[in-house]
Amino acid sequence: MAAASAAVRMLPDGGADDEERWLAEGIAGVQQNAFYMHRALDSNNLKDALKYSAQMLSELRTSRLSPHKYYELYMRAFDEMKKLEMFFREETRRGSCSVVDLYELVQHAGNVLPRLYLLCTVGSVYIKSKEAPAKDVLKDLVEMCRGIQHPLRGLFLRSYLSQISRDKLPDIGSEYEGDAESINDAVEFVLQNFIEMNKLWVRMQHQGPVREKEKRGKERNELRDLVGKNLHVLSQIEGVDLDMYKETVLPRILEQVVNCKDDLAQFYLMDCIIQVFPDEYHLQTLETLLSAFPQLQPSVDIKTVLSQLMDRLSNYAASSPEVLPEFLQVEAFAKFSSAIGKVIEAQPDMPVVGAVTLYVSLLTFTLRVHPDRLDYVDQVLGACVKKLSGKAKLEDSRATKQIVALLSAPLEKYSNIVTALELSNYPRVMDYLDNATTKVMAVVIIQSIMKNTTCISTSDKIESLFDLIKGLIKDMDGAQDDELDEEDFKEEQNSVARLIHMLHNDDPEEMLKILCTVQKHILQGGPKRLTFTVPSLVFSALKLVRRLQGQDGDVTGEDVPATPKKIFQILHQTIEALSCVPSPELALRLYLQCAEAANDCDLEPVAYEFFTQAFILYEEEIADSKAQITAIHLIIGTLQRMNIFGVENRDTLTHKTTGYSAKLLKKPDQCRAVYACSHLFWTDDQDGIMDGERVLLCLKRALRIANAAQQMASATRGSSGSVTLFIEILNKYLYFFEKGIPQITNTVIQDLIELIRTEKQSDNSVADPSTEAFFSSTLRYIEFQKQKGGSIGEKYEQIKTSS
Amino acid sequence: MNYIIGAFKPPCDISITFSDARTRKQVSVKKDNGKTTMVPVFQSLETISGEVSIAPVPGKRIEHTGVKIELLGQIELYFDRGNFYDFTSLVRELDIPGEIYERKTFPFEFSTVEMPYESYNGTNVRLRYILKVTIGRNYVGNIVEYRDFCVRNYSPVPTINNSIKMEVGIEDCLHIEFEYSKSKYHLNDVIIGKIYFLLVRIKIKNMELEIRRRESTGSGSNTYVETETLAKFELMDGAPVRGESIPVRLFLTPYELTPTYRNINNKFSVKYYLNLVLVDEEDRRYFKQQEITMYRLLESPPAS
Repeated sequence: MAAASAAVRMLPDGGADDEERWLAEGIAGVQQNAFYMHRALDSNNLKDALKYSAQMLSELRTSRLSPHKYYELYMRAFDEMKKLEMFFREETRRGSCSVVDLYELVQHAGNVLPRLYLLCTVGSVYIKSKEAPAKDVLKDLVEMCRGIQHPLRGLFLRSYLSQISRDKLPDIGSEYEGDAESINDAVEFVLQNFIEMNKLWVRMQHQGPVREKEKRGKERNELRDLVGKNLHVLSQIEGVDLDMYKETVLPRILEQVVNCKDDLAQFYLMDCIIQVFPDEYHLQTLETLLSAFPQLQPSVDIKTVLSQLMDRLSNYAASSPEVLPEFLQVEAFAKFSSAIGKVIEAQPDMPVVGAVTLYVSLLTFTLRVHPDRLDYVDQVLGACVKKLSGKAKLEDSRATKQIVALLSAPLEKYSNIVTALELSNYPRVMDYLDNATTKVMAVVIIQSIMKNTTCISTSDKIESLFDLIKGLIKDMDGAQDDELDEEDFKEEQNSVARLIHMLHNDDPEEMLKILCTVQKHILQGGPKRLTFTVPSLVFSALKLVRRLQGQDGDVTGEDVPATPKKIFQILHQTIEALSCVPSPELALRLYLQCAEAANDCDLEPVAYEFFTQAFILYEEEIADSKAQITAIHLIIGTLQRMNIFGVENRDTLTHKTTGYSAKLLKKPDQCRAVYACSHLFWTDDQDGIMDGERVLLCLKRALRIANAAQQMASATRGSSGSVTLFIEILNKYLYFFEKGIPQITNTVIQDLIELIRTEKQSDNSVADPSTEAFFSSTLRYIEFQKQKGGSIGEKYEQIKTSS
Repeated sequence: MNYIIGAFKPPCDISITFSDARTRKQVSVKKDNGKTTMVPVFQSLETISGEVSIAPVPGKRIEHTGVKIELLGQIELYFDRGNFYDFTSLVRELDIPGEIYERKTFPFEFSTVEMPYESYNGTNVRLRYILKVTIGRNYVGNIVEYRDFCVRNYSPVPTINNSIKMEVGIEDCLHIEFEYSKSKYHLNDVIIGKIYFLLVRIKIKNMELEIRRRESTGSGSNTYVETETLAKFELMDGAPVRGESIPVRLFLTPYELTPTYRNINNKFSVKYYLNLVLVDEEDRRYFKQQEITMYRLLESPPAS
């Protein structure tokens, strides 16, 4: 058993070696006979020359070589045949044998293959001698070659025929040109040779054992250029003008291509046609050419070929603008569009990726040839939707990639998303993408907007835009959030936030609509997204508020819908949404921003409401002490700038603020918050509040707290670090002193300076260089002011800085 | 040496020469010993004339009972060797009995000799024409000398010459239709035709056209038939598919063909056939044989 199986394995291994050997034998045979042939040629012995050349050509009768090896052998013989041809020409010129006799003589050879090679060779001489019209000789040759039905040998023989006849076609302007009709004969000859070669080439696939089918496919692929060469020859014939191409050449070629029913041949030949004939011809014969595509075998990779055609034509269109009218004239788009439709219909098994690729090509074509025809673009997308309809979202990654390409193409071309938004089918195509890709696509769209700083200015468009990028705006059904990369998510949401700023319209009313639309969409975003998107929306809205405020007089009327009030309502809702996140710090900041804006718009109740919300957040949501500190300082800062509040409201707010400040956890923080509160009672505005009493009260309270802090520190740690606080308070004192608050006198300041000195010198205080520096620079400031003189300088005169 | 050889040599040299030997066309024929010699060509109803020259070996004289020359048309069947059937026999007396001392020439003439059959040298049969000179002698054997000549008769272009067209096949296996442009060919003709494949279910390797000669001799139960393939001409290489048509163009010149002979003197017939052979990959041969009539067409118009 083992031995048997080993023997079986040996066989295929031996194949290649055997082939080498057969090739070597073949070459040796060719060389040997060529040697005798040469000798016969040298001695002008026609009979021997024919004999040995026939024997030499008999080596080509082998069936044992693969196409590759056979080609090698063929080339050897080919070289020798050139010498023989020269001999024949000499022989006929000398008159020792007429070419007609020679033409008969070579046909005495008993074996058909050598006979036909010789016949072709003499035929070439015959044409050159012009003793008979080229067309008759060619016709005879191409007919006689039917004797070789073996695909490989037939292909090579006919390729030989094609080779030797190339320069002898009765083409227009050629020396072999006959009457007016002779161009037809030239074309007819090449076409016939082509058709026969293609038949042989196709037949190759169906002969031999089934298990070698794949191998045969590969071998055939190596031979394809022999067949394609004929098309190249056709394209080189001068006499093949557009009319001829349209009436004869193309229909005949296509007929053969379609009828051969072989996928390899169809793919290659269609590609060949597209490559070898000029673009202009394709354009003018588009209908004929395209009509062939739906008739091709279902397994033919039509998309590649058709894409190539569209690419070529779009390049052609791009190369010179003057050809564009031709495209319009022949309705290139409509023809492509319907052809693609038919192809897809004709090939129900075509994978989605194929169909989509076709649409991508068509779209590229459209964008390049008809950039102004947006309806075409939409039509393409619509067709794509139709193809995809009834299917679930795409799973195939390649198809997805193609869809992304499909969708990106208009963006790149128009560099303006607004155009894309007019494409009603655009979002429908996107629906077929999976979630991850939808997001990628959305990011692409946003990036395109950013890159081109496109401003989108109507709510309708924004509606559709958000529809497009909904993958980023909200959670998609069945989306797997756990796979989400945090970084990516941030990146995405940041881009959405940036996008919001690109939505703008100078007309407040429209802008308001925009805001509403945006709000509507982003509120669907869920807690994770809101923190990114809400601030953008808020600031975008505030920008509008400011603008309205700028044109105050005209727009505050009740009947104008875009009032700040309305905007504030929106803002309120929006920020409220953050509570579900929850992101109290952010919401607090935004509330304060809004309050400030409301302040500028003289909307006291609104501002008050915002403050209330801020306070509620502070009380209920902000628990972290550090966050509290930040928040309280923000509140103080904002409140300080508010000037619309009535006394009562203001009191409530300041009172609350001061209260919160004093309730901070750490003493130093308390201290700092409290002294910051002092600003709430003294504003520089004209009609602002100026309550010196309460300023002093705050500062004193701060001092007390500082004191307590110091004591606490010395009690717990045995050292005190809180001199800094005193110095800070001193600075506050100085500030208000300069402001001229009557309650702050130089005595109070003097006392404080003394107090600090004492504290510094107390036993348990640690010398801290920064504190030291702070204090001394504060004192230096006092000295400086003294020296500067003026009214402030005078006030400072009383204060002694040195002990 | 010469002396010894001379002892067995006939006592005289006889040479037969044709009067138009220089201008007459000659053809080469194969002799019994395998050598080829050139012989003059005549056709029926020509006058055959010339002279016989008898030159005795010097110093000898020949006593004879008369000298005659015969023109013989003979058919020789090999299985019956030695027996000649003379279908033509003409005699001319050249000399009355007497003696020849020195070279003597006798003119002869057979005018408008009827020679209905062509010379033929086949496998089992030979048809030949000879001139035979006999010097009759008493007691010792006659002195005989032969001179071969060749007869070729030309036919006019046949008035009816139909093409051969036929559809043949093996059911569900192979159906072909072949057509040869003519049924009668002259010896330097070309066979033009085509083979059209109607159905191909076998793996054909190649196709060839054979020219076969069928020579039948004797008659009745003694008929011998010899078939000889004179030409094998490959028409097609590889396996065709349905609908292919393969051209045939076979030049007959290179093959040594004769006209068709039908029942020559009730002794023999020579017929020609075209045999179309298809060989499949297992080397099985499928063939169809068709008789063609060969005729000799006058190569150049007769000088009048």
